[in-house]
Formats: sequence, C-alpha cells, structure tokens
Amino acid sequence: MNPEAIRDKVSIIGVGCCQFGENWDRSREDMMVDAVWEAYEDAGIEDPDKEIDAIFAGAVYPREGSGEVAESLKLFGKPITMLMDYCQTGTDALRCGVFAVASGMYDTVLVLGFDKPKDRGVSGPTVNFDKVRGLPATPAGWFSLCAARYFETYDTGREDLAKIAVKNHHNGTLAPKSMLKKEITVDDVLKARIISWPFGLYDCAAQSDGAAATIITRADLAKQRRDDHVLVKSVTVATAEHPQRDPDFDFLAWKPTIYAAKDAYAQAGISEPFREIDVVQLHDCFTLTELLTYEDLGLCKKGEAKDHVASGTFELDGELPVNTDGGLKTFGHPTGATGVRMVYENVLQLRGEAGERQIKNATTALSHNIGGAPQTCGIAILGMP
Amino acid sequence: MTGIVSYGAYVPMTRLPLALIQGRAPKEGGPEKAVAYYDEDAVTMAVAAALDCLAGTDRAAVDAVIFASTSYELREKQGAALIAKALDLRRDVLTSDHSSSLRAGTAALEAGINAVKAGSAKRALVLISDCRMGSPRGALEAKVGDGAAAFLIGSEGPIATLTASAAVADEFQGSWRIDGEAFSHSWEDRFVVQEGVIPNLSEAIRSALEKAGIAAGDVSKAAVYSHDARTLGTVAKQAGLSGDQLQDPLAGRLGNTGCAFAPMLLVAALEQASASQRLLCASYGDGAHALVFETTDGIDKLEARRGVAGHLARRMALGSYDAYLRSRKLDPKEWASGADLGLSATIRYRERDADIAMVGGRCGECGQIQLPRPRVCIRCHTKDNWEPARLSDKHGRVLAYTFDYFFPAAEPPTIMVMTEVEGCRVQVQLANCKPDQVRLDLPVEYVFRKIHDAGGKANYFWKASPIFIATAPDGSAGGAAQ
Repeated sequence: MNPEAIRDKVSIIGVGCCQFGENWDRSREDMMVDAVWEAYEDAGIEDPDKEIDAIFAGAVYPREGSGEVAESLKLFGKPITMLMDYCQTGTDALRCGVFAVASGMYDTVLVLGFDKPKDRGVSGPTVNFDKVRGLPATPAGWFSLCAARYFETYDTGREDLAKIAVKNHHNGTLAPKSMLKKEITVDDVLKARIISWPFGLYDCAAQSDGAAATIITRADLAKQRRDDHVLVKSVTVATAEHPQRDPDFDFLAWKPTIYAAKDAYAQAGISEPFREIDVVQLHDCFTLTELLTYEDLGLCKKGEAKDHVASGTFELDGELPVNTDGGLKTFGHPTGATGVRMVYENVLQLRGEAGERQIKNATTALSHNIGGAPQTCGIAILGMP
Repeated sequence: MTGIVSYGAYVPMTRLPLALIQGRAPKEGGPEKAVAYYDEDAVTMAVAAALDCLAGTDRAAVDAVIFASTSYELREKQGAALIAKALDLRRDVLTSDHSSSLRAGTAALEAGINAVKAGSAKRALVLISDCRMGSPRGALEAKVGDGAAAFLIGSEGPIATLTASAAVADEFQGSWRIDGEAFSHSWEDRFVVQEGVIPNLSEAIRSALEKAGIAAGDVSKAAVYSHDARTLGTVAKQAGLSGDQLQDPLAGRLGNTGCAFAPMLLVAALEQASASQRLLCASYGDGAHALVFETTDGIDKLEARRGVAGHLARRMALGSYDAYLRSRKLDPKEWASGADLGLSATIRYRERDADIAMVGGRCGECGQIQLPRPRVCIRCHTKDNWEPARLSDKHGRVLAYTFDYFFPAAEPPTIMVMTEVEGCRVQVQLANCKPDQVRLDLPVEYVFRKIHDAGGKANYFWKASPIFIATAPDGSAGGAAQ
C-alpha cells in the first residue's frame, strides 16, 4: 500500500451549494440542480454532457438509485455511482471520485451529496421499532454515550459543550446559505429542553434539506480551468468496532476518527495537525462530538479540549478555526450532503472567498464526518498548490 | 414425596396510591395497589417470579412449565413457551397454559403436582401471573392489583406436600372479560358475594379439610382469596377458621391479583412457615378450589426468596393518576407507540436466543462473550467457535448512560445504559430506577420486560435494573442499590 498514491493528483475546480433549510417548497431535484449548476459555473463547465465523465453521488434517505441523479441533471449514458454510508456519505463520494480521476480513467468528475429528510413528517430522526434490542436507537442517544464517563474523567460539563453551540451559532450567522442565523447564549443552551442528556435542543445539529456539489479533475488539467484550483491532499474513510459491542470501548474517544485521522495524515504527510492545518470543518452532530473530535483528530491532547474551548482556540479569530460556516449545528445537516458541503466551505476558505467569515492565509483545510452508531469516519484534507 | 420444592413471587415496584384515582393527594402509608408498569405484563411478571423461585436451583432440571393467567394477551400463541425461552430452559420442556378463570392459578398448581406425581414430569415450574384492569375510575379499578407467584414442583426434598384438595364447579357469572376487551366486568356485588364467593369458597375449604382428615383449627395459615375484608371474614367463619388463622390478604398494599391472588398469599404464608405446619390455599372463580399442604423439615433450609414480602417492601409510587393512565395506554392523548408492521417473525425467530433468552456466545478460543453471538469473534477473530453464554442471570454494571426524551415512552425519559456483564457489552434500558439514581458503575441485574408493542402485540427483551434490595415501605420510595 502506498499512502501517498493520490496526494496532489486531483484538483477541485468548482464547488456549489444550495440554500440549506427546511425546504418545504424545494424538491431533491431542485436542490441538486441549484448546487450542480453553481459548481458548473464555478468550474467553467459550459457543456456538462461533454465535460463531465462520471458522477459519484451520495444520499442517505432516497432509495431511487442513480436514475434520480441522471434524471435531475439530465446526464445520460454516463457512469453514476450512488453511495449510502450515513454521515460520511458525502466524503466517501468524494473519495471514490478522487480515486477514479487519479486512476486516469476519467478527466473530470462531478461529486454530489444531497438529502431531504424533511419530507418524512418528523422532527429529528426516525425511531425504529423493527427490533427489541438496542433501543432507543436515536443518534442523540448514541452520541451521548461518552458523556457521563468523559465528564467524570476530565471534569467537563454541559457548560463546556454550550460554548461550542454558541460558537457555531455565531459562525452560522455569517454564512449566507446556512439554515439558522441566530446568535445564542450559554444560558440559552443550558436552559433548552433536554433531548438526550446531556444534549439539550441547542446541543443537537439542525436537521435540514440540502445539496452540495464539487467538480474535480486531474491536477495537471486543472490549471487550464483556473489558477486557484485546490489540491486534494488526502481523502479516506475508516470503519471501527460498534461502540455498543466493543468490549474494550472506553467511552472517552470515538475510534472511527482515530483510525481515519491516522490514514489521512499519512496520505497528506502531516505530522503536527494543529500547526499544519489552518481551518477545520468537523462533524458537530452534537456538541460533545465536536469536543471529542478536537482530541480524536489530534488537534489537542485528550482531556484538554475544554481548555481550548474556554480560551477560544477554535473560534473564528482563534488559532485554528473550526466549523467556520456554522457546521451541522446551524448550516444544517442533510446527511448525504454534509461531507460535500464541508468541501464547499473549505474551498471557499482556501480561495479567500468566504466573506465575513474568511480566515486569514489559510492554505490547508480538513473536513471530517463521523456516522452510524458511530462506526464510520471520513476525512478529506485540501491544500493550495 | 412430591410437593413444592421452591417458591417465588413478584410484585411490581410501581404502586398506585388509591387516593390518586379520586383526585386526592395520597397520604403517607395510605392505601395503594401494585401496578405493572408500562413495560410489564403477565409474561414479564411470570418470568420475574420464576427467576425468584429458581434461584439456587438447577434450571436444566425443569421439564415442565405451566403458566396460568387470565390476562395473557395472545390467543393462538402460548405464554409458557415464551417464558421457557426467556428462562433459557431445555428445549424438551413440556409447556402448557391455563386460563379463563380466576381459579386458573390453583388449577395449574394442582396440575403441576399431579404431573410430577404421575411421573410425566420430574420438575414442573408453575407460574401464575395476572394483570387485570378495571375501567378507569370504575369500581373494580381500585380493587385489582398485579403480581405473580411461582412454584417449583418435584419429588426430591419438598418443603411442602399436598395433603388433600377439593374443587367446586359452579356455573356462575360473577366476573368475566370478553376476548378483545381491556376491562373485566362483574355483576352486582351483593349477588356475587352472597351467591358466589361465600358459599363456593367455604364449601371448598370445608371439603378439603374433611378430605385431609383435619379440623379447621389444625390449619396454621389459610391463604384465601379475598373479595373484600368483610366477605373474607364471613367465608372464614363459615369454614370454621378464626381471623388469626387467615394469611393477611394485603388489602391496601397489593390489590386483588386475580388468579395469582391466593397463590401469592400461599407464597407469603410459606415465607413465614416452619416445619410440620398445615397451610390452606383457596381460590375462587366459577366455583372454588382449596388445597391443603403440610410443610416439611426442608422449609427451614430453603434460602430466603425475594417473595411477596421482599417485593412489597420495594416500592415506587406513581406521582399522578395520569401517569397510571398513560402507562396503561388509557390516556386519550396516549403516547405515540410503535409502527403497525411489527417485528419480522423470521428475524425474531433467528434472534430468539439473544432477544428472549439473553443468551450470547462465549468464544471457545479466547473466552470473550458477545451478545448477540456473532459468527466471528471480535477479540481473536476466530470463526464459528461458540458455546452459549446466558447473561440474564448475571450481574452487570453501568458503563455509560443517557436520558432519552425523544424515544416514545409513558413517562420520558427512557434511561438507556451501556452495561458490562461478564466482559460483554450490552446496551439496554434501565428499569425500576429514576434518573437521579443512575450513576457510573451502578451494579445491575437484568429483568425481562416489554420493549414496545409494534404489530399490536407485546415485544420483549431484557432491561437492566438496580440490584434488588427490599426497601421498607416507609422508606423514600427507593429501590436502587446506592
């Protein structure tokens, strides 16, 4: 195995993202077309029929396969791969697209993530009754499992988590396409109704509809498209033991992230992530997930996350800004789209097009998803040439 | 010598103070009744009583299970077979259900004794459980309570033997429940008492004493079905029994537990009995049925059971009548329940070891236990080398917890815990516990409970529960081992 096989082989030449939110009046087709045509324009694609060789798409809720994507985009006779792997779906779609381009098979590929959970008639996740074991099986319940022991071990509490929600709410107000644009206070977070302890309403991501797209091409072809193309330094996924069955699980860290980060850093040649990475979009499905992920990604030592939260390390004007567009918390979380939405934000940050939320001099950006119980993680690292 | 070799009982921890039914504030120590909580029913209570009864005995020796209940919900699906699986009993166990009468409990008990006497079974487990409902605020509601009794019948080392029995069959429409209806009905109370309860019960008791060749005065304790205190007094008087011979019918504490009532009072009598005492057990319903037992030296050697007294002492009172209505799905704004599809029968069949019996696998190579049993070991990756590992009777501890307000429940939050038992991780819900009693490393045992009613029927799995300790009734409602 050669972990450096894809480094700098593939470039992102265009990104697009539709307005995220409870898009009652927008269909999956509407959102896909919004995101993809924006990406076409950004990449300078004038004739997609001729210029797009293959499509890698991901979505969690629909079961209509590649046909829906072809019909929506009117791209026929092309290979379309349709992926579903919970929250890391979008990152895995990017990974498959990158490997397909790096192989030399395709020149230019469209990567697309989309989902429309708000057609199901429920707020939050669906509760399953098709089994008796492992209930209640709610994402909030799964991701809260580390809380009690982590809190006790590292003297951390709901107040520390609340500051993360406040940060992401602030960042979301600066992102035009985010779902929620509302500043909140620590007090708001602590007083909100409990969903699954320790998570109150504001500790949970905003489930939304949305679609995001990116156009990738061979790095040597990218310069013909634009000077500020963005290189893929690494992209990987990893699957870990089920945290509810793993006899060695310690309730202090999520293993999928630790596994995936090791590979992602090896691919990109990164040894000191906190110093070498300038901006991070990570999977803040719940505030505790963001807190643990600081540590699991190696951005700080285990147990020290709350100190960094207190000192503002990960705020927009901090040393390493995290979730600059509001994250899942306020930009929204259409499950299959989220990984691609993060790439959209990281590309804007690297190109200096992120408006009011722009980070200074960012040259390396990381995006991260964690999903399932959780068992899976996807990580992508982008950099300027 | 055939007889009862062990006994057990179960009373739900949840109590409904009767004052709440009338909209009054309950007084400390005021009358109440035991109610099966939203995740309990006749089956789960029978399993709990059986576990109490089987403690310290060899489960593998049980070769018959007789389950009696008037409130088991399915018609063409046996309760005893489900219970036998939950108890992880042998596959060749003979299972049968008794129902349709408040007398079904003593009938099952005598049938179990007869089966062992006749040699068709060596160790018969008799489980009697009822969970009847009166209509909200109706006359019956305050009277009925929920509970279960269990008896292990065998011919080696009995603690009590059956001396004589007598039955009276009477075609009498005193109380009844129509299939598909939730509530029991009864005819005018004076008619039921004067023409049904008093003559039938006293006749059966007199007849049983006569067959046993003993006088009423020879009885140490009489566990007699109590319609109400006054009627019980009249029955005793007509049968020649004095008030102090009567086993306390637990009025205002337990409630009338239907076909399990007299058998539970027999368990309560056995808990206090010593060798060479005569105990009477008499049930009522479509006539009456009386059994006379004589205790043996073995009774002093039987390890103490949680029994009726222990379970009664562990209590947690409901805070409102609405909470009771919700837990029984009698609230017009009832909490959202499961989908209509129900569980896949084939998946349920494949997973019955894990889901019903809580039996996982122990890796023959490295010893790691997993539930459910996988094909490949998570620790050493050996394929298909497993022996069964029953976890339901083991103690575990809480490794992580959350209070889930999202999952539909009668009284949110649902407490979800990750437990470690025998090195195996099992995610379950936590029963018999309030959120403020949950802590990391809390020791737990496992209890068989109803998880939801997808498909319109009860679907079961195990939950964790703080390890049983009998708490005094005047104690602060607790039950959690601190």
